[in-house]
Amino acid sequence: MAVSQLVGAKIHRREDPRLITGHGRYTDDLNRAGLTHLAVVRSPHAHARIRSIGLEAAKKAPGVIGVFIAQDFKDIIAGPATHPVAPVFAPDKKVNPPRYPIAREEVCYQGEPVAVVIAETRSQAADAAQLVDVEYEPLPAVMDIEEALKPGSPKAHLDQPDNIAWDATYVPWDATEDAFKTADVVVKERILQQRLSPNPIESRVVMAEYDPFDKRMTMWMSTQNPHWIRLFVSGALGMGEHAVRVISQDVGGGFGSKISPYPEDYLVPAAAKLLERPVKYTETRTEAVQNAYAGRGQIFDVEVAAKKDGTLLGMRVTQMLDCGAYIGTFGAFQTCACLLAGGAYKWKAISSRSVAVITNKITTDPYRGAGRPEATHVAERMMDLLALELKMDPVELRRKNFPGKEEFPWTQNFGLVVDSGDYAGSLDKALKLIGYDQLRREQAEARKQGRLVGVGLSTWIEICGLGPGAVTGPATGGVVLSESAQVKIHPAGGVSVYVGTHNHGQGNDTTHAQIAADALGVPIESIDIRHGDTNEGPGFGYGTYGSRTLAVGGVAIARACAKVVEKGKKVAAHVLEAAEEDIVFDQGKFHVKGAPDKSKAMGEVAFAAYGQLPSGMEQGLEAVAYYEPPNFVWPFGAHICAVEIDAETGGVQITKYAAVDDCGNIINPMIVDGQLHGGIAQSIGQALYEEMVYDGDGQLRSATFLDYSMPSANEIPDMLLGRQVTPSPTNELGVKGIGEAGTIAASAAVINAICDALSPLGIKHVDMPATPDRLWKMIKEAGK
Amino acid sequence: MKHKVAVTINGREHEHEVEPRLLLVHYIRDVIGLTGTHIGCDTSQCGACTIHVDGKPVKSCTMFAVQADGRKLTTIEGMAKGDQLHPLQQAFWDEHGLQCGYCTPGFIMAAAYLLDQNPNPTDDEIRRGLEGNLCRCTGYVNIIKSVKSAAAAMGGGAAKSTSRSAVTAGGE
Repeated sequence: MAVSQLVGAKIHRREDPRLITGHGRYTDDLNRAGLTHLAVVRSPHAHARIRSIGLEAAKKAPGVIGVFIAQDFKDIIAGPATHPVAPVFAPDKKVNPPRYPIAREEVCYQGEPVAVVIAETRSQAADAAQLVDVEYEPLPAVMDIEEALKPGSPKAHLDQPDNIAWDATYVPWDATEDAFKTADVVVKERILQQRLSPNPIESRVVMAEYDPFDKRMTMWMSTQNPHWIRLFVSGALGMGEHAVRVISQDVGGGFGSKISPYPEDYLVPAAAKLLERPVKYTETRTEAVQNAYAGRGQIFDVEVAAKKDGTLLGMRVTQMLDCGAYIGTFGAFQTCACLLAGGAYKWKAISSRSVAVITNKITTDPYRGAGRPEATHVAERMMDLLALELKMDPVELRRKNFPGKEEFPWTQNFGLVVDSGDYAGSLDKALKLIGYDQLRREQAEARKQGRLVGVGLSTWIEICGLGPGAVTGPATGGVVLSESAQVKIHPAGGVSVYVGTHNHGQGNDTTHAQIAADALGVPIESIDIRHGDTNEGPGFGYGTYGSRTLAVGGVAIARACAKVVEKGKKVAAHVLEAAEEDIVFDQGKFHVKGAPDKSKAMGEVAFAAYGQLPSGMEQGLEAVAYYEPPNFVWPFGAHICAVEIDAETGGVQITKYAAVDDCGNIINPMIVDGQLHGGIAQSIGQALYEEMVYDGDGQLRSATFLDYSMPSANEIPDMLLGRQVTPSPTNELGVKGIGEAGTIAASAAVINAICDALSPLGIKHVDMPATPDRLWKMIKEAGK
Repeated sequence: MKHKVAVTINGREHEHEVEPRLLLVHYIRDVIGLTGTHIGCDTSQCGACTIHVDGKPVKSCTMFAVQADGRKLTTIEGMAKGDQLHPLQQAFWDEHGLQCGYCTPGFIMAAAYLLDQNPNPTDDEIRRGLEGNLCRCTGYVNIIKSVKSAAAAMGGGAAKSTSRSAVTAGGE
């Protein structure tokens, strides 16, 4: 066994030097000889019929090379191409409107592409786009998901029977009948999850170049998911994957919004093919807020039943999900909230149902956490409402209903097997870290002075590490969400590692190198980690999202390294003139059992591997591994937030924030903390500030960073982070994911603290975002 | 109708004929080819395009290129001296002050001016000094740590920082 030297250490990120000096390689930084620029003419209406499109003026504008509408792409882009819908966790779809990359007769959300203009410069393209003259017949917009469900509601798509994408009951209501009949208390609440705009600071950029002689397409783009994009685009363009190369170098954040394909991902390469010139599209910020696949957008109706002593009995939860105008490729993943709404607690029974609604808004799709922040918010809000009703400390109620650490693997109500956990352990550590008893004493003092001070908990759990083939195979139409890695040791000992995941800030270039360096016993400096180019490495990669990169992709790297070591033993046996079974690999050296001085380093074995070998042994020292996890991994933790609310303004001040998270073994603690900081901040953003606001006609009122309020450094508190390590038995690294943990956990802690602060006024529940005006109105109303 | 613009960027002189509507950030990126200055929002909220104009931080999407005529500009590419990183660059690296890195150049440029004005800032002063920049990855915790670490590395001058702390303490 190699002694672990790098795994678990704070190693500086190797990707940073180029990023801190202004030498990143984001897609908009790239250029091609003869590059042209594409601008999109978009529908200003949420729902309308296209009467006519006048192109003459745009075609005559300076610098314009081409102006195209749907019919121009007819022979280039096949079918409703941008609409591969993965039925992840979802039931049979009832209404699934076909989506084309460019609208034909009807537009169904504000921002839907109607025409594209390609010109010599970016400003010429933008100018000419203004000259495209589209005549619309506005139609009623379907904006409210409950209204949309009513018989006689206008339809979001004229040719569909109604607006119901699906209506699925996972466990019927009669399964919880006993629980509710025998309950001492029943608590009900409606919990809203507002629509959010993911807003990575880099908007989307796509550049494509077509080689008409070799019939190859090269695309550079800002995506989390190059291989999937290649699969979709090559299919739509009828080119075959061998002829399409997708390159995604530095990406300025994703948060889920750069997973699924977008119309421009098809229109840009198609235009490059039509014009035989390279084409670039750079999304403006307003285009991004309007058209990036949104997060959340759900209503939960929940009731819970319990005994007087706090024993949980039953939960009934209905999710109403706003799909937007078209079902997102991975949009149905958000229904996982229905399977996870019970949180970290033992219930006798849970019933759940998901109703998904088509509206005239941009599609919703996974946004950091996707379904799991919603589930946590439901579980944690209901625990606090129940604690209030039972006059119990919310800590005690939680403790009472956790599975004990000896109960793992723990099968929760929907049959999902939670791999490992110690929920009471992380809660205890968090209580200590923040000084919970002291906070409660301070709160009691503050209340005597009439101040609104509150403390909120969130003892969250998460399912991640997509995923076991039995679940993801059916969900993706047969493509199992395993992960791939290729390790090549070159003759002079340099190591190239190709991964199918993608790095857009998570630090994988560093953590992956740590894993490989330990597994191969070579210096980290001799390892190059490569991602984001479909022409390199294994045949397919599954991308980075869903906190899967380490728990699935990292394991693939370890396994490819292990295969290389196995081959290395054969070569070393030949070089050392020993039997293969007598070769020991330890700290980067192969030696003969019992004779550690008789050894060959990995580099020497590599050199020999490309030389003359015994007959029957192949040259080379490289391996590909695909790792399909046998189960999900389940991180968990405890977050505690303290707030004070200014009754005069409704403003919330987070006075203290502490979190103890458990993601199993840790490769790089610095990066784990960074992921938590960012996730918590994003979740505080949802709790207090962010919301996509539409008017009744479907006009987005929060379409810039002026109107869509995200936290700056002023709004985010310092965070006390503690740690607990409960290794995962799912994989040999013992690791779980941490990319989404903060986002899953924090909103519930913040809102629970706010509700706690307002409870003396009789306020039990506050919806997000808890903006000053919302809270001020509630406080004034309560005072009447 | 094009206008002449002559600027010094990172110590090098440039002269071009540009459209009057050309934004300074587009001039820097597309005409000069210095792509370290990024565009994040188009409405001057995110600060990703922050540069220095005559030593002061400016969101370069709020200026036309022609307005920069005759000025001295510094972009992120001008912060390191050869292989020697600027203390802020080193601190962002040491303290994990960046993740995707897209907003980072703007933060470094804004923070450089902040430290120029206040070599020994408190956490709250750093928060306020950077409120014109948005980061979606880091939650700002390590950005603040990075700026503090750079302040310490840059020395600030013991006497000078003491007096500033005193002023700050009195002021608050």
